[in-house]
Amino acid sequence: MTVATAPVPAVDAPPETQPVAWRHRHLLDVDGLTRAELDLVMGTTDAMREVLARPIPKVPALRGTNVTILFYEASTRTRVSFEVAAKNLSCDVVNIAASASSVSKGESLVDTVRTIEALGAHMLVMRHGVSGAPYLAAEVFGGSVLNGGDGWHAHPSQALLDLYTLRSRLPGGSLEGRKVVILGDVLHSRVARSNIWTLTAMGADLWVCGPATLLRGFDAWASRGAAGRRFMATSDAALSDADVVMALRIQKERMASGLLPSLREYAARYGLTAERLRAASPDVVIMHPGPMNEGVEIAPDVAVDARSVITDQVTNGVAVRMALLYLLAGARQRGAGA
Amino acid sequence: MTGRRIMAAEDVRRATTRISHEIVEKQAGTDGLVLIGIQRRGVPLAHRIAASILEHEGADIPVGALDITFYRDDLSLVAQQPIVKGTQIPFDLNGRTVVLVDDVLYTGRTIRAAMDALIDFGRPQAIRLAVLVDRGHRELPIRADHVGKNVPTSREELVKVSLEETDDEDAVEIERLAVATAAGGVRP
Repeated sequence: MTVATAPVPAVDAPPETQPVAWRHRHLLDVDGLTRAELDLVMGTTDAMREVLARPIPKVPALRGTNVTILFYEASTRTRVSFEVAAKNLSCDVVNIAASASSVSKGESLVDTVRTIEALGAHMLVMRHGVSGAPYLAAEVFGGSVLNGGDGWHAHPSQALLDLYTLRSRLPGGSLEGRKVVILGDVLHSRVARSNIWTLTAMGADLWVCGPATLLRGFDAWASRGAAGRRFMATSDAALSDADVVMALRIQKERMASGLLPSLREYAARYGLTAERLRAASPDVVIMHPGPMNEGVEIAPDVAVDARSVITDQVTNGVAVRMALLYLLAGARQRGAGA
Repeated sequence: MTGRRIMAAEDVRRATTRISHEIVEKQAGTDGLVLIGIQRRGVPLAHRIAASILEHEGADIPVGALDITFYRDDLSLVAQQPIVKGTQIPFDLNGRTVVLVDDVLYTGRTIRAAMDALIDFGRPQAIRLAVLVDRGHRELPIRADHVGKNVPTSREELVKVSLEETDDEDAVEIERLAVATAAGGVRP
């Protein structure tokens, strides 16, 4: 979609512009983002944090932009966080829960997306249980699609808010050579799959750890890669001297029977406890994308430990999503292709 | 190509000093006065005016910085993503007299955006405007209260302000735009 540009500059002088242009109309995953583009998202997020600290945390940057939030799966933080982010930028927001829409009458995804566009949406934030569904939506939608999580595949805004949180917590703001452990149900985790892209792009020493049944395929991933990709089925070895531990939720709703003997056994062998964390660096950063099963993948006292950044992740989520909406809207208005 | 120099370092210094006197005179003192520079070159100018007021009046005026990126009305017109340089207003604006400081006053749209932004920070008793150069061609009903130099220009010219803090020297130059902007582009 292209927008006619007026010949007159709207402000006195053109602003100084970023050395890196944002060329993406959609955000479907983080795999296509260069390191410079990741830095641009981080820098824009800093600016949004400053907006959030103002007495009125709202700016008119995206006035007149219609954002539709279409979620086919349950969510609290991602949905609300996108909604708050859009409203802080003065977007108009429409929320659709698929269960209460014509989807329950059998409307296809493509028809639903066409209907949303016909109703005036410029940006579509979508979550779907099927991996790849947002890619299909992006093929038919004339505006921008933001993936709010699709199946086991990707959760780009979560990976970017995790990256932002880590950069603000680690000394020097650098992940270069830092030992980062993703612990738990990696197999079913779109959060892990997106984080793997951003963390390796930033030079982290990345370890994935969990029961062998929940790491299927990642042994090949680790052996294919060069440095900075490790694979470990015992938690104590993985946690040794870790700078960052990201515990993942055990996704009971996606768990085919037979992958785990029992949740109690999982908690005993892989649960993130204060005892187990003694092997990690004393300043270890503790993360969890939420929602937590306390007492399963993370102990309640660890979740509220002084080294836990779990609530920072939620707060930063709003700023990161403001940055993403802002960058994508700019690209869309300038007529970027993909 | 370098342009025609219309203000040298000495001229810039005299203009800022005069503006600082005018601001205090108009306010009949320094009570309730705050300065807010518009990113980017308005910020060092605001600091210079504050230093001059401190020297002549012995009063330390708070100085803030305002980035208007999120208040611009031209997100679709700029070719690339603007750099957001940050807003720092670590003081209360309610009931204060805010003097906005910028380098060049042209269409007036930057000032419109700056006033919108300011009002989200509080309710100033008054907002005034000080600029180093007024080059005319207003598109909005906005005028400056304090002007360093009025410079008649054509729309095909570019007024380039350099300051030591950002560009290693103090100077104001007029350049002719090399390329015409007929094809709907944004200048320059």
